[in-house]
Amino acid sequence: MSAESLQYPPEVSLAGVGRMSLSGDWTLAASRLLEINAQKIVEHGSHATSLIIDLQAVSHLDTAGAWVINRAQRELTQARISVALERIRPEYEAMLREAAYRDFHPPPRHRSPLIFDLLVDLGASVVGAFHDFYRGVAFLGEFVSTLAYVAANPKHFRFTALVSHIESIGLRSAPIIILINILVGAIVAQQGIFQLERFGASSLAVDLIGILVLRELGVLLTSIMIAGRSGSAITAEIGSMKMREEIDALRVMGLSANEVLIAPRVLALVCALPILTFIADMSALLGGMVVAWGYGDISPVAFLSLLKAAIAFRTFAVGLIKAPFMALVIGLIAAMDGLATEGSAESLGRQVTSSVVKSIFMVIVLDGLFAMFFAAINY
Amino acid sequence: MTLVDAARSQTEMTNQDGEVIIRVRDLVVGFGEKLVMNRLNLDVYRGEVLGFVGGSGQGKSVLTRAILGLVPIRAGSIEIFGQNRNALDPAHRRALEQRWGVLFQNGALFSGLTVKQNIQMPMREMRQISQKLMDELAMLKIELVGLSIDAADKFPSELSGGMVKRAALARALALDPELLFLDEPTSGLDPIGAAEFDELISTLQHSLGLTVFMVTHDLDSLYSICDRVAALADGKVIAQGPLKNLLESPHPWLKAYFHGVRGGRLTSTFGDYRNS
Ligand SMILES: Nc1ncnc2c1ncn2[C@@H]1O[C@H](COP(=O)(O)OP(=O)(O)OP(=O)(O)O)[C@@H](O)[C@H]1O
Ligand SMILES: [Mg+2]
Repeated sequence: MSAESLQYPPEVSLAGVGRMSLSGDWTLAASRLLEINAQKIVEHGSHATSLIIDLQAVSHLDTAGAWVINRAQRELTQARISVALERIRPEYEAMLREAAYRDFHPPPRHRSPLIFDLLVDLGASVVGAFHDFYRGVAFLGEFVSTLAYVAANPKHFRFTALVSHIESIGLRSAPIIILINILVGAIVAQQGIFQLERFGASSLAVDLIGILVLRELGVLLTSIMIAGRSGSAITAEIGSMKMREEIDALRVMGLSANEVLIAPRVLALVCALPILTFIADMSALLGGMVVAWGYGDISPVAFLSLLKAAIAFRTFAVGLIKAPFMALVIGLIAAMDGLATEGSAESLGRQVTSSVVKSIFMVIVLDGLFAMFFAAINY
Repeated sequence: MTLVDAARSQTEMTNQDGEVIIRVRDLVVGFGEKLVMNRLNLDVYRGEVLGFVGGSGQGKSVLTRAILGLVPIRAGSIEIFGQNRNALDPAHRRALEQRWGVLFQNGALFSGLTVKQNIQMPMREMRQISQKLMDELAMLKIELVGLSIDAADKFPSELSGGMVKRAALARALALDPELLFLDEPTSGLDPIGAAEFDELISTLQHSLGLTVFMVTHDLDSLYSICDRVAALADGKVIAQGPLKNLLESPHPWLKAYFHGVRGGRLTSTFGDYRNS
């Protein structure tokens, strides 16, 4: 019932003592007027000892209208006023019967003080963090055993899936990673030259770029980018499959989600991330070289020979060694969070967010651990 | 033409004016190369329950979605309440959309909201009524469709398949629409539930003057509540009219449908019932 039926808003008119008649459209479309007029019935009716409500002039009645009329009748009856509905159109009788007033007793919602809730939340999230860690380790174990199984039965491995995931994770991320790293390399070079010039040591900027980019920035930026781009995609894919019972369908076919869905994705990440890191390193150096040439008057030939003196193969290797571990962390967190999705769309959103936040955090923590490790072994 | 005339006289028995609520003319809908609707024509009259039958994958859901404006149409016209939805400005389109309720084949409940919130969603968006009345109306609708009160605070993922159907119907009825689209409402319900459902639809039809467009495979529903039946095959409505006309139709698909193993069993009882 839309705007045009509002030509006849619901109305209550008094027709003598103990008698009133209703007219107009008693429908939900009347919105607030419906409740206001129902209130009028109660107010006018409460002066009488008995009341007859004439419904003949009601032009439209829906369940909402029937409900408020019944409710008013009930309120009056409770105040010991007898109420009778009169001249009801036959087609509305069924409606009034269907919408007969009844008390609904929704299960009581239990409320607790806010501070209590906050403490409970805090406690739950601390326990949840430990639980997450525990689950993560268990999941890693499961994943490794899946890999061992796949290694023993290579026929079971889905190579086509692996290749297609490498394409979507690796190849398709390359342009954005190249772009970001060229920019970051350029910025580091510009800042390095600008700050070191004051000491007359602008050529040291090349050392800065080389070491910083190859050891840390290249792999870190790539991992963060992939966590945001591909980790979230993996969580969303697996999460929505969980929501639509596709994971259960796999399980009852005797297939494991780990083997079919997760292993190919995580392995694809593990293969793709070192390659992407290499691409990132090269792009950042290129960005640095261009800026050094244009802004610091260091020609590309000079840049390369300075770079050669500044870095060793190990500088480059340190960055690349980290990449597969980063990939593993991103992949496992993404898959685990995907599998933790529950039935609702909100839950999926939450899991994707949590997956991205957790994996970026873990990537940075892991990078720190590696820095400590390499310092300890003097590499 | 006789079929249509018969249909008219039939609807005029239930409703005097025989006003056309949905008028589909020469509708063409396709995906890629494949045409799902090919110059399809269909009329739905005010106050009737139209049962829409057709084989699986023939395009019943697609036609419903096309009428609702969810699938782009390639050619032809669709008028609802005498208005072409695509030609309306947003305000009028909104007004039009408030006059119908839709039950999707898979329920399509909002997964992040409880059943009660699902039902209140259209009320909250369209009407200014108090939370108390909204709660009461939601509860009323929940009871009306045969759900128990404690389902009100459950999330869709916590419901059984049949409960999802009922909750989705409750949401479709939230604004007491004039026109109801039901896509296989009784599939997934037990026979008792399905019979109650049929009864509910027919009560609503009579008291609210509801027009119902119902896609169904449930022969019982066709016999018990449908005023008219339309059958879809090969992208066209191959027959529309009162059920008894379709039962006598010589079309091979209709013959198989109504006089096959399952259909035959029911048709014979229906025949007995009619003759008695
Ligand atoms: N989005 C889409 N893209 C491509 N093809 C589609 C799409 N939606 C539906 N179809 C095709 O249109 C045809 C009709 O589908 P539809 O869902 O309408 O069938 P139906 O008659 O409702 O069947 P059922 O009784 O099984 O529900 C099918 O062949 C289907 O493959
Ligand atoms: Mg369908």
